[in-house]
Amino acid sequence: MAGNCIRVKMMKGLVFDIRRFTVHDGPGIRSTVFLKGCPLSCSWCHNPESQSGLPETSIKIFPLEGRKFREEEVSGKWMTVEEVLNEVEKDRVFYDESGGGVTISGGEPTFQPEFLLSLFKALKSKGLHTALDTCGYTSWENLSLTMNYADLYLYDLKLLDDKQHFMYTGVSNKLILDNMQKLARSGKRIIVRLPVIPGISDTDEFFSALRTFLGKMKPEVKEISLLPYHAAAANKYKRFGKENLMKNVKSIPKEALFQRKSELEAMGYSVKIGG
Amino acid sequence: MTDRIKKLREQSLNAINRISAERAVLVTEFYETGIDRKVSVPVGRAMAFDHILRHKEICINEGELIVGERGPAPKACPTYPEICLHTLEDLEILDTRKKVSFKADDEVRRIYKEKIIPFWNGCSNRERIMNLMSEEWLNAYKAGVFTEFQEQRAPGHTVLGSKIYSLGMNDLIRQISEEISRLDFINDPMAFEKREELKAMEIAAHALIMFAGRHATELRNLAETETDEARVKELKEMAEICSLVPARAPSTFHEALQYYWFVHLGVITELNTWDSFNPGRLDQHLLPFYIKGLEDGSLTKEKAVELLQGFWIKFNNHPAPPKVGITALESNTYTDFCLINLGGVKTDGSDAVNELTFILLDVIEEMRLLQPSSMVQVSKKNPDSFISRTLQITRTGFGQPSYFNTDAIVQELIRQGKSLADARNGGASGCVEAGAFGTEAYILSGYFNLAKVLELTLNNGFDNRTQKQVGLETGNPEEFSSFEALTRAFQQQLEHLTAIKMRGNNIIHRIFADYMPMPFLSLLIDDCIPNGMDYNAGGARYNTTYVQGVGLGSITDSLTAIKYHVFEQKTITMKGLLKALSADFADFEEFRKELVYHTPKYGNDDDYADDQARLVFRMFFEAVDGRPTSIGGKHRINMLPTTSHVYFGSVIGALPDGRKAGQPLSEGISPFQGADHKGPTAVLKSASKIDHLLTGGTLLNQKFSPSFFEGDEAISKLTSLIRSWFRMDGHHIQFNVVNAATLRDAQKHPEKHRDLIVRVAGYSDYFNDLGEDLQNEIIRRTEHEGV
Ligand code: SF4
Repeated sequence: MAGNCIRVKMMKGLVFDIRRFTVHDGPGIRSTVFLKGCPLSCSWCHNPESQSGLPETSIKIFPLEGRKFREEEVSGKWMTVEEVLNEVEKDRVFYDESGGGVTISGGEPTFQPEFLLSLFKALKSKGLHTALDTCGYTSWENLSLTMNYADLYLYDLKLLDDKQHFMYTGVSNKLILDNMQKLARSGKRIIVRLPVIPGISDTDEFFSALRTFLGKMKPEVKEISLLPYHAAAANKYKRFGKENLMKNVKSIPKEALFQRKSELEAMGYSVKIGG
Repeated sequence: MTDRIKKLREQSLNAINRISAERAVLVTEFYETGIDRKVSVPVGRAMAFDHILRHKEICINEGELIVGERGPAPKACPTYPEICLHTLEDLEILDTRKKVSFKADDEVRRIYKEKIIPFWNGCSNRERIMNLMSEEWLNAYKAGVFTEFQEQRAPGHTVLGSKIYSLGMNDLIRQISEEISRLDFINDPMAFEKREELKAMEIAAHALIMFAGRHATELRNLAETETDEARVKELKEMAEICSLVPARAPSTFHEALQYYWFVHLGVITELNTWDSFNPGRLDQHLLPFYIKGLEDGSLTKEKAVELLQGFWIKFNNHPAPPKVGITALESNTYTDFCLINLGGVKTDGSDAVNELTFILLDVIEEMRLLQPSSMVQVSKKNPDSFISRTLQITRTGFGQPSYFNTDAIVQELIRQGKSLADARNGGASGCVEAGAFGTEAYILSGYFNLAKVLELTLNNGFDNRTQKQVGLETGNPEEFSSFEALTRAFQQQLEHLTAIKMRGNNIIHRIFADYMPMPFLSLLIDDCIPNGMDYNAGGARYNTTYVQGVGLGSITDSLTAIKYHVFEQKTITMKGLLKALSADFADFEEFRKELVYHTPKYGNDDDYADDQARLVFRMFFEAVDGRPTSIGGKHRINMLPTTSHVYFGSVIGALPDGRKAGQPLSEGISPFQGADHKGPTAVLKSASKIDHLLTGGTLLNQKFSPSFFEGDEAISKLTSLIRSWFRMDGHHIQFNVVNAATLRDAQKHPEKHRDLIVRVAGYSDYFNDLGEDLQNEIIRRTEHEGV
């Protein structure tokens, strides 16, 4: 055990952000720890800088009275579990009052499996409510290890058609769908998160396939979040010199989203928009 | 809203704020007779009060149910030449200035020229104060180290308790006679003073009964000529009410409101007290009348709502009396800081939220008026539904109500020596000031510029703007060998300057005690009658004098920047820093960028910066708290700026936090505008590091865009946010719900946003009425969005 402790202390994870007062990543007021690195490369990714498993530099502009100071900024910081813990502990009073806690997101958190597990263990030992925001693209072994520590899964479901999935995310969805079914069977609380992207996933085909797929996991999976696509990350693509494939995709109209929501609600799901 | 309320509300909104010379003429007439020279000062003041109420025009607006106006018409604002005298130039400025103007027509100016100015010139209370202040006080005052509340307005800063709901003026007159008959002219050296004060109170009590009687007569006259039968019946009922109250205690809901309103008019007519008088815990006081009315069938919920709405409109008809001198040039506010308290705890400590609390919240939501302002007292005993209902009003973006922590207020008051019962019956008034309602005079003496103290320290006590040695010579900062040496010098400077302020307060308190007593207000606040002592002389059960610290964020960031750059990172020498400051950062842009972007700042839950907030707060507290006042009370601190952070910023050069010369300081206990970037929980954590319970109020403003309030879940998360803040002993929080784009548009097209009310500091105001600086600042304030 002693050796294990030392390892936990020494182990560092690549964190690209810790945000406080996140209110769309699970119940209550939360902090979200974003781990860097992701095996997917979704065309609509809001955090393109989170995809690479290494620190990245970009130019950030600091405006001051019309003058623009350009400085290099590193995104991604190697942190110990303890450092992360100290940061998220700061808002404990808010978690306690609101029934909130800590969400680990990414990138894809399971991309750093050992660090993730140590972090989860530490959070649980402090009695904090935990959530894992995952795209599900990881070995079942990795995912199942988190089951003892995660109180809630925010499970991203991008596309059901495998070809399409491959085209837009760079990987097959087989593993993702399998993992999700296994997880559901285990009885863990899952909120399915669906990025709704005009012309890609905001289609009748997708939603009908979705009904079939989710039907297999009834009654375990009851909660769905629709995440409307915002053209908000365009600037980031520029900064990090990445190609923005979504340039021509517009934000989704509210009415269309409410339509999808009520359809799913009619089937007995509890549906939220935006997390 | 009934038709009549709609009309009255419109009338109130459309009424033009104007100066009425009525009160000035009456008070001048009275003093011209010379009668006051034959009697004691308090009796003279009471006779002047009687004279005004006896001769002022009675105004009854069409369709109204609660009657009485301070001036001859809604928003016709009187002046108080015995306190401060408007010059013809002042009237011209008030009439023509763009913001918060008061029409002063030719007739008013003629009266001022021929009658008011010749009589009062050179002998208003303001001139007495300025003549009696020391040179060091005047120097510090002119340098902008502090402001002086009592220079242009009488001390007020108090809130009514439950007294008038069980006692009529005749009951008080009886108490007074008993006290007079008990006076011992052999053994009590103060017996004469007591008798004169008590006689004055008696005259004032009779005056209010007479004033109500004049309304009764007028209402009967109106009933004679009124053709609408329903209105005739109402007018007769109202006449009956005015002949019953305030002579005796009220017995119905309507009587209770009308009684309060006469009392309100009495207080704001007697003198121009700071912070419009205020009924305080309205949901507590009115509940028994509401229940009784429903039970005996004399009242319905609808009727109660209509009466309350009419009551609300009365407040809105009464703008704050305008100031004189240079301040007339600055835009100010029409708000007179009347803050209705809802919720909280009862005398026995139990949950005070009741049926009427929710009815009053409906009234606030529907009326959407600038005045009265409103707040909710939130105790751990109150239900969440109370907070969430209130948040639904807040999210409509009208800046009211604000949220106060009852459990903190009770502890603050107890620490200051109040009884548990008196503390529980208290609340907050004005901006955020904690007080024991009905039993305390808690007088705000002036804002204190914490950042200016640092500027003076960095200049060895010399003020560059006024070219005077304003502070102590605490040493050449270039010779400070450590950060501690700097903070020691800062502390000496702070102690020196707060002492100047408090010495001034003790002179001004005596001036008001001896020359400007308020016998009418004294009737209302316990224990002025048994003490036989005026409110302004320390007659209340508790007497507190506040010095209000301003610029916590700015001073914290400035000290932190010096610690970080000069003493630790050594990115610049003290000499270099002073050069950068005196150049207002010209040629130091690179360094200024480091200050703005790469230096720890208050508001991010970073102890490196927040430690300086703790330090400055502690020093300020120790310099002021517990020092005696000349009316038997104690000095205390609170942390609130109203709008003074703009003025205080205008008298300070560049600061080490990167703020350029003349820019506003941080406001309340909020971080400097834009300095916080870790979201609202981090701001709250930083702000909780000062000990709120040692103050009599702190002010925290949080701006959210409307989208943040969408949905029940958001409301429940905000409820938790408020609960968390209060669990950390936070005193107050208010939300500004409006997006920057709307505000920018309002600045460009004010005409399109005439109804836009924003939270400024401890109060809300029309955005259009704010000065451009303040408008810009509100736009800049960080918008905290959920991620
Ligand atoms: S899974 Fe998430 S983090 Fe990874 S690329 Fe897709 S959207 Fe981005």
